[in-house]
Amino acid sequence: MTVSGPAEDSRGMGYLESLPRRWVTLYLPLLCFLIVLLFPFYWMTMTSFKPDAELMSREANPFWIHNPTFAHFEKLLLHTSYPEWMWNTIIVSVVATFTSLAASVFAAYAIERLRFRGAKGTGMAIFLAYLVPPSILFIPLATVVFQMGLFDTRWALILTYPTFLIPFCTWLLMGYFRTIPYELEECALIDGATRWQILTKIILPLAVPGLISAGIFAFTLSWNEFIYALTFVSSSEVKTVPVGVVTELVEGDVYHWGALMAGALLGSLPVAILYSFFVEYYVSGMTGAVKE
Amino acid sequence: MRPFLDNRNALGLAFMLPAAALLLVFLTYPLGLGLWLGFTDARIGRPGHWIGIDNFESLFGDSLARLSLFNTLFYTVIASVVKFALGLWLALLLNRHLPFKAFLRAIVLLPFIVPTALSAIAFWWIYDAQFSVVSWLLVKMGLIDTYIDFLGEPWMARFSTIAANVWRGVPFVAICLLAGLQTISPTLYEAAALDGATEWQKFRHVTLPMLTPIIAVVMTFSVLFTFTDFQLIYVLTRGGPLNATHLMATLSFQRAIPGGNLGEGAALAMAMAPFLLAAILFSYFGLQRRAWQQGGGDK
Repeated sequence: MTVSGPAEDSRGMGYLESLPRRWVTLYLPLLCFLIVLLFPFYWMTMTSFKPDAELMSREANPFWIHNPTFAHFEKLLLHTSYPEWMWNTIIVSVVATFTSLAASVFAAYAIERLRFRGAKGTGMAIFLAYLVPPSILFIPLATVVFQMGLFDTRWALILTYPTFLIPFCTWLLMGYFRTIPYELEECALIDGATRWQILTKIILPLAVPGLISAGIFAFTLSWNEFIYALTFVSSSEVKTVPVGVVTELVEGDVYHWGALMAGALLGSLPVAILYSFFVEYYVSGMTGAVKE
Repeated sequence: MRPFLDNRNALGLAFMLPAAALLLVFLTYPLGLGLWLGFTDARIGRPGHWIGIDNFESLFGDSLARLSLFNTLFYTVIASVVKFALGLWLALLLNRHLPFKAFLRAIVLLPFIVPTALSAIAFWWIYDAQFSVVSWLLVKMGLIDTYIDFLGEPWMARFSTIAANVWRGVPFVAICLLAGLQTISPTLYEAAALDGATEWQKFRHVTLPMLTPIIAVVMTFSVLFTFTDFQLIYVLTRGGPLNATHLMATLSFQRAIPGGNLGEGAALAMAMAPFLLAAILFSYFGLQRRAWQQGGGDK
């Protein structure tokens, strides 16, 4: 018996499968997937440490660095506005994430637990809001931002990012609150606790994993946001990393690939590091929002 | 104070206030405004006047707008199909008994979490006409003689941008489907094995039906994101060469923001809505969770 599949494996009978067959059906395809999925990161790293002469050579083996250099990072950090973009991205992402998270906790609790009149409809509206793509919204939103006098400020981004963060976080937290038993709240009500006490002393401590999931996901969403940041901001001092790298590091016909890749690498690192610490939370946030 | 705090309607309203205020001002109002702008001749710095369906009429007669519709549909269909096939395959691979499973799952998702604009720049470099590493490899292997101009020719550019989109989307599809696979009870496979089902039959008659609801949701999201994609195209080609990769989103940006023609841009953006609605309704009514999949009787 050499056939095997998910079922046998999960029953711990994978050893029945012959090794060569396992290589062809499992390890080899998986290896190909991994190489393709990770190659751009490898390539980013290699390019950002290569001197220009090596980048523009077709002769040398491009997969390795012969004379590593920090010149591109030096140029990026000392001779461009990159540090400022980084700072803007951090401020905008952190503030937008915490604002959205706070608003979402109240909204999710109200919809899921207070069950006020119209709660069901509101829950549905929140889900529909989640489906509105930024590419449809950015033109009218630009005029709103302009009328409010927020154009070209960090506030333009801090106030517009919640349009996709709040629906996502609320939807996720609604699912999370649903798993907390009602009895806990009833006990507290009988003991004379107010709704506010119930929320802060019972629900929130129990919902910490859900809050982390929503927060991590919201943070990466704001870090990765592009179209709003491209449209609502035009001065270099208020740009975010993705927009700054795309609009300002590309000058004329000569592409400074080393600096571009260094910028892409540094801009990806914060989310990658954060993600590596909270993988489980991130995955449960992503799949949780889809599974509901 | 006490009666107010115990009235669930009043308290519910108070709790909804921050979220509702932000969403009404920055989501609902702009959505309505966008619809209105689509029927006006607004330009940047000049409020528009109602001009009826002129914008939509001129877009209909505009060959570039029609090309962008074709490009968007082509991009969405091909990328979604490939993402689904590869994503399902990767999910099935990751669902098997593996060493370092958690670690593998974590690094597989990397393309999805880094900013798309930044990974798109990496692809731009990988697709470079003169120094592409892919071309270098193929030349050294003796498969081609001249370097490929990945983003220079219309069809080549279409497939190159689709490949970059697939690269980013496969991890999302795979990890979500993997979560679905893990909820399928092993007893179903045992029962199928006892009945003498082959591997293919187990996949076709157990895995696939059990996975349908989550496939529907994941692919709806995937189609939604692909159809409205903006940043990948903006970074890689800006719609070129010969507008071959202009999507509706990039064209509406170009018309509205650098072009200053807010009304026409808004009309083009609004024209995406019916397609999105159709995709959502299709998945909702066509592929929804059926009662028997939750253990109930078939209606």
